[in-house]
Amino acid sequence: MPEPLTRRGLLQGSAAAAAAIPVLGDAQAAAPARPQRQKEQAQMSAVGLTVNGREVHLQLDPRTTLLDALREHLHLTGTKKGCDHGQCGACTVIVEGRRINSCLTLAVMHEGDHVTTIEGLGTPEKLHPMQRAFITHDGYQCGYCTPGQICSAVAVLEEIEAGIPSHATEDLDRVAFSEGEVRERMSGNICRCAAYPNIVAAIREVAGHGTAEDKA
Amino acid sequence: MRPFTYSRAASVEDAARTAASTQGARFIAGGTNLLDLMKLQIETPTHLIDVNHLGLDRIEPTAEGGLRIGALVRNTDLAADKAVRRDYAVLSRALLAGASGQLRNKATTGGNLLQRTRCPYFYDTRMPCNKRKPGSGCGALKGMSRSLAILGTSDACIAQHPSDMAVALRLLDAQVDTVGADGGRRSIPIADFHLLPGETPHIENALKPGELITSVTLPKPLGGTHVYRKVRDRTSYAFALVSVAAVFEKDGRARFAFGGIGAKPWRTDAADAAAPSGAAAVAEAALSGARPTAHNAFKQQLTARTLASLYRQKGA
Ligand SMILES: Cc1cc2nc3c(=O)[nH]c(=O)nc-3n(C[C@H](O)[C@H](O)[C@H](O)COP(=O)(O)OP(=O)(O)OC[C@H]3O[C@@H](n4cnc5c(N)ncnc54)[C@H](O)[C@@H]3O)c2cc1C
Ligand code: SF4
Ligand code: FES
Ligand code: FES
Repeated sequence: MPEPLTRRGLLQGSAAAAAAIPVLGDAQAAAPARPQRQKEQAQMSAVGLTVNGREVHLQLDPRTTLLDALREHLHLTGTKKGCDHGQCGACTVIVEGRRINSCLTLAVMHEGDHVTTIEGLGTPEKLHPMQRAFITHDGYQCGYCTPGQICSAVAVLEEIEAGIPSHATEDLDRVAFSEGEVRERMSGNICRCAAYPNIVAAIREVAGHGTAEDKA
Repeated sequence: MRPFTYSRAASVEDAARTAASTQGARFIAGGTNLLDLMKLQIETPTHLIDVNHLGLDRIEPTAEGGLRIGALVRNTDLAADKAVRRDYAVLSRALLAGASGQLRNKATTGGNLLQRTRCPYFYDTRMPCNKRKPGSGCGALKGMSRSLAILGTSDACIAQHPSDMAVALRLLDAQVDTVGADGGRRSIPIADFHLLPGETPHIENALKPGELITSVTLPKPLGGTHVYRKVRDRTSYAFALVSVAAVFEKDGRARFAFGGIGAKPWRTDAADAAAPSGAAAVAEAALSGARPTAHNAFKQQLTARTLASLYRQKGA
């Protein structure tokens, strides 16, 4: 496997640079210590959040997305930035019990909110069942989309449990687990490595549908 | 993103007043369209007014037997609402066909109505676009227009309206309820809410400066069989090439609204009147006056075929 540095250099020279550069650019925009940035900042806002059970207080440029607050300010880098435009789902976190794209929301809009990231679901010593199932079923290759996939998957099972219908639901009043439901509900999480079949298998297992039944 | 200041509105009146009196102010609801466009500097507000905490997130029956949907009700909650599922299933279906689970958890009723076009030239700030920069020309007219509109367009702009939800609201004859900068309230019929581009494609709706959408009101239920059929490049998480919302009655009457093909959510009396004559007649009536480009002419046939498929499904 190439070393990380070589890999980064490689990425920037290729078509994938389009995805890599914004990550660096926005990291700078969000860094609080940049003097020339600070000058053009119109206002800093105080934000209090509970992230993975821990209360945190931040002074942020209002432009800071929840994603940048998590990654650049709280150094919770499990949550990933793929597109920064709501198109890939890599940034999915759970806020007040609901999965959202953290790249398309401002941190200042979440005063007092409870946020759960991949780091809050489980730890290497004490994995969340969904994390364990992703490992068992090889639900990833490069792993970049995985934190978003797992946060989404945990919320998807809760949504089905709560009877929230989806585009795949035939009778809006009868929401039930099926593979078709999982595929539709997980469509907001893109996997460049196309680990989809294994992701579905992992979710089936956690839902208690590990065998071949319920195929839709 | 350009720098901006941020505040939370204290009341709907305060929100509208502040928006009208503050240069460069915009409301922010779910933020899923506005922030996307701000990152690209297509939208450059200097002040954001957060309207998420004004109690506009309720769904309640009206005295007339309809339903009042708060402007801040999330797309997920609206689609899952019991009364909506039962009486306005076409609205549930349209919502669920749009965006992703994550986005629907944030996207609001008001924000969805006001989402801006997905024309690729509108998004590319290096290209001319009359909607983004009035008078700069239209990059799409002679460019890649596959996804764009064939109805209601002008020589200045051929952008499609991207919303699924708005197509269902158009079908249901919803009203858009607002409060203005002077505190005055009014209701705008959905048919008059979105504007055709004409010479001024940057003016997209009937709202006045500072005017805040407080709710969307549905008239009493229509009955009938509700369907929403969306055709897109992927099975999920993609905008419509063509979509059809319909309510079929037992006696052969029906009403239709169309997405993906119009500069605004599209509905015509002639298409509704043609319902008893079948899918081909409806398609012909709906598409009358179409101005397709070489790239999007296929949308005419796709509309006709989508209608044919709905008629077959209804008969089954
Ligand atoms: C990747 C992706 C895929 C998508 N796919 C689809 C799809 O398939 N179908 C579809 O229909 N949509 C789709 N969407 C669009 C999505 O539905 C909209 O972004 C969303 O509905 C906007 O709602 P919001 O509350 O987030 O609006 P915001 O971004 O908060 O606001 C949008 C605009 O409305 C104004 N506004 C908001 N609320 C009010 C109010 N109460 N009164 C007055 N003005 C107001 C804001 O000032 C802003 O100009 C997609 C979006 C993304 C990012
Ligand atoms: S079609 Fe409209 S939105 Fe697209 S480039 Fe032309 S003017 Fe702009
Ligand atoms: S980074 Fe948020 S959806 Fe891609
Ligand atoms: S595992 Fe590589 S993008 Fe999903």
